[in-house]
Formats: sequence, structure tokens, C-alpha cells
Amino acid sequence: MNILVVDDEKDIQPLFMQRFRREIKNGEINFKFAYSGEEALGAMQNYLHEAVLILSDINMPGMSGLELLERIKQKNHTPPPHVMMITAYGDKENFEKAMELGADDFLTKPVDFKSLKEKIKAFGI
Amino acid sequence: MNFTILPFLLSLALSQRLYKFSKNNQLNQWVKPLNYARYFTGFLLVVEIILSASNTIRWFWHLFLIGLLLFANQQKEMRPLRMFLLAFAPYAAVALLSDLAEIILNDFYVQWNNYFKNAGLLSIIWLLAILFSQHRQYKAAEKERIKRQQEDEINRAIAARKVELEGLVEERTAELKNQKEELEHALHELKATQNQLIQSEKMASLGELTAGIAHEIQNPLNFVNNFSEINSELIDELKEELEKGDKESVAEIANDIKGNEQKIMQHGKRAESIVKGMLLHSRGKSGEKELTDINALCDEYLRLSYHGFRAKDKSFNASFELETEENLPKIKVVPQEIGRVLLNLINNAFYAVNEKQKSGISDYKPRVVVHTEQKNNKIEIKVQDNGNGIPRSLKDKIFQPFFTTKSTGQGTGLGLSISYDIIANGHNGDIRVESKEKQGTGFTIILPLEI
Repeated sequence: MNILVVDDEKDIQPLFMQRFRREIKNGEINFKFAYSGEEALGAMQNYLHEAVLILSDINMPGMSGLELLERIKQKNHTPPPHVMMITAYGDKENFEKAMELGADDFLTKPVDFKSLKEKIKAFGI
Repeated sequence: MNFTILPFLLSLALSQRLYKFSKNNQLNQWVKPLNYARYFTGFLLVVEIILSASNTIRWFWHLFLIGLLLFANQQKEMRPLRMFLLAFAPYAAVALLSDLAEIILNDFYVQWNNYFKNAGLLSIIWLLAILFSQHRQYKAAEKERIKRQQEDEINRAIAARKVELEGLVEERTAELKNQKEELEHALHELKATQNQLIQSEKMASLGELTAGIAHEIQNPLNFVNNFSEINSELIDELKEELEKGDKESVAEIANDIKGNEQKIMQHGKRAESIVKGMLLHSRGKSGEKELTDINALCDEYLRLSYHGFRAKDKSFNASFELETEENLPKIKVVPQEIGRVLLNLINNAFYAVNEKQKSGISDYKPRVVVHTEQKNNKIEIKVQDNGNGIPRSLKDKIFQPFFTTKSTGQGTGLGLSISYDIIANGHNGDIRVESKEKQGTGFTIILPLEI
């Protein structure tokens, strides 16, 4: 499974690489990283068929996670990839907006990696 | 006839004078009798003419005249008339004596007739001379009296006016004193309010910061927790590999652990510096000038401001960029004060682009750029936005205290005025503003290298 992780924090890469080191070693998951919404869109054009899951921070400078979600869900792709939103602000407004735009799931920071792994497995089948 | 009219005229003049004098000087008990005396002279004249008995009547004239003179002479209140009475006395005496002599000593009278006539004439001249001089004196005195009366009147008016003015002055003084006290009180209250406002402005910008700060701290803390958990897992794996004796894997895992450890430290430090920045911001004016990395300060406050906005307004979104001159020298400033100014200008910039975005212009990309640069012996920090700009009419007002375009409760109107004070008075620098309507605003902080 190819997963595109979008976040403006660069250290999200070593974190995910280590958190999922078993899955990566076993070849179950292949991660790509983007540090802004714009970069993520570019990456999706290049790796369209591979992008399956996007972990996007809603709060990013420039294009926000919600905007990215909207573009992915409504414009670009058929079939659209699963999009999971992760944000530091787990308020109702953000949640509802994300759901309205077609997010498949909504997580709040700090990420509970155990439950994230389970959710990814559920998508991956 | 000569003899008949003269006594009448003199008697009338005397009684008239006495009557007038009594009336003017409030000698009330004599007014009436002297009035009758006046009529009596007329009565005598009529009797004399009708009876044609001047020889008999002249004795009445003598008695009447002398009586009046004696009467007036005895009245203390009539002292001022002394000279007047004295004018009549010789005539009365000469007339009486001459008439008496004519009757009693007829020979003597006939022999000395000329002398008697001369004496009569002299007494009349005397009378006229005295009356004339009296009249002049009286006129002069009257003139003097009128003058004095006028002066008195003027003085009285002046005195009255003075009293009135003094009353007014007293009243005004009391009013002024009241006003002064009121003003002093108001000034005191204003000063207290000003201090409160400055404090609340500080707290307001701190309040705006807290959400940003929470977000900024949460992220590094998440990393610290995550990498620390991973390390704990890795150490377990390390033990397993040690037991297996796989040296290569052990070395690999050890490297990972070390790398993670560095990440933990790095993010721990990041959180620490944010907390420090927050403490600096909330601390008062006690801050001292210290060598400060302006680029780092800009970076910190740009992020804080951005996240503060994001936290407050969920729909807010803008791109921001920091363009720094890499070798910017450190300068001696009070970091929390310059930080406050930066926060203020950056907050304003984000506010401006947010407002423009809310107005629904299609294809609008809100953007805030903070740019640092050394120019000669000065450092320039420019905060540029692409919002709606400042209308020309408001440009001169933006640095005035309490001027704000934000609705009540949204802004204190003190941000820019405090910022200007910090830069111009506290750091010998300047803040300039360039703004184009519909295109955006750029605030430039200019700080000398040597402050």
C-alpha cells in the first residue's frame, strides 16, 4: 500500500519511518512524504495510482489540509483515494467540515499510532 | 416809593433764603413758619400799598427784618448763614436808627440827614457787596459740591462695581478650583486607565499568542513523546538482537536510537525556546538590551502569530514566508519589546489578508512576507501583506493611540502606537509604512546597528 503523508513538520518522516519500520521492512506499506498541500498535489500527479492514503495536517501554511482534501476528493482522482485528516485542533467545526468534504476519517494529534495502524489495515484490504 | 419797595425786597430775600435753607437742611420745625414769613412780606406790601401808609408800615418792616435776623442768628443750625445775616444787619440797624432819629430827635436828624442817607446808602452797598460775594462763594461752593457729588457717585459706583467684581472673581475662582480638581481627578483616572490599557493590550496580544503557543509547543512535545516511545521499543529490539548476536543489526538500531535521541533533544529545545519567548513577552519593561538574532526573532513571532490566527479562526488560511539576509549581524535590543512590535505588525498583516479573503475575491492568495536586510549601518525588517491596504485618509492616524478600524472589543488601538514608541523612543529607530489600496501594506522597522 502506498501512503502519502502530508505535514509541514519535516520530522514527520523519520517518525513515520520508525513507527512503521516493521511494515516498511515487510513491504506492506510504502511511504511518500509531502510538506505542503501544493507539494502533495504534485506528488499525487506523479504517483497517482500509488497514493492510497493521505495523512494531512489541516493546519499548514499555504494550502490547508481541508483545501487539499477538497481538491483530491472532488477534482483530481478516480477512484478517489482514502483521505484521513489529522489535526492538532480536534474541534467540531473542523471535523464537520472535513466530513462534508469527504474525509474518510478524522484523527487528532498526538497520533495514537496503534489505532492508526489498525485503521490503515482496515483500509488496506 | 423808594422806601417802601426796598424793605419788602430785602425781607422777601431774607425770608426766602431762610425758608430755602431750612428746607434743604431738614430743619423741619422752621419750614412752615418761614413759609408764612414769606407770605407775610407779601401781605405787608399789599397792606402798605392799599393803605398808602408807608410811615406806619415801615416800623413793621424794621421789626420783621430785625426779628428774622435775631431769630436766624440764634439758631445754631443756621450758622452757615452768618455772613448772609451780617449783610443785612447794617441796613436794618441804619434804617431803624434813622427812622427813630427822625421821630425822636427831628432836629438832629434834619441836621445829620445827609449822614443818615449816606449811612443808608453804604449799608445797602455793603449788603449788595456781601450778597454778591456770597453769591459767588455759593456758586463756587455749589460747583464744588456738585463736582464732589459726582465724584462721590462715581466712587460709589466704582465701589459697588468693585464689590460686584470681587463677588464674581470669588465665584469664578471657586469654579476654576472645582474645574481644576475635576480635571486633576480625570487626569489621574486617565493615567490609571492608560496603564490598564497598556497592560491589557499586552495581555490581549499574549492571549492571541496562547493558542499559537499551545500549538507550537504541542508539536515538539508530540515528537519528544513519539521518539521517546520508539526509542524504548528500539531498546527492546536492541536487547533481542544482542541475544541473537547480530552485531550489524545492533549497530543499526543503536544508530537509530542515537538519531532519535537527537530529535528528542532538538524538539525539547524547541519547546523550551517557545516557553522562554512567551515568558519574555509577558514580562514587563524590565527587559534589558541584549545581542539578539533578529532573524530568529522574526521566525519565532511569524510562526506564533500564524498559529495564533489559525487557532482563533478555523477558516483562516494564508501563506507566509520569511526572507532573511543570512549574515545579518546581531544587534543589541530588548528582544521581548522588538518581539512585541513584530507580533503586532505580523498580526495586523494576517488580519488584513484575512479580511480581504473574507470579502470573497476569487483567485486571491493571502500572503504575508517578513523580510530582513542590512542597509549600510541599519537593519530593516519589512512586514508585507497583500491585503486591502490602508486608505490614504487613515494613513496619518494609524500611529495615534486608540485609533483602530477594528470593531469594539477587537482591538485596543494601542498596538501601533506602542510599537512606534518602542522602536522610535526605545531603540532610536523608525517605523515606516507604505500602502497601496487594494494591493497591500508594508511596514518597515528600521533599527540602527549601534543602538
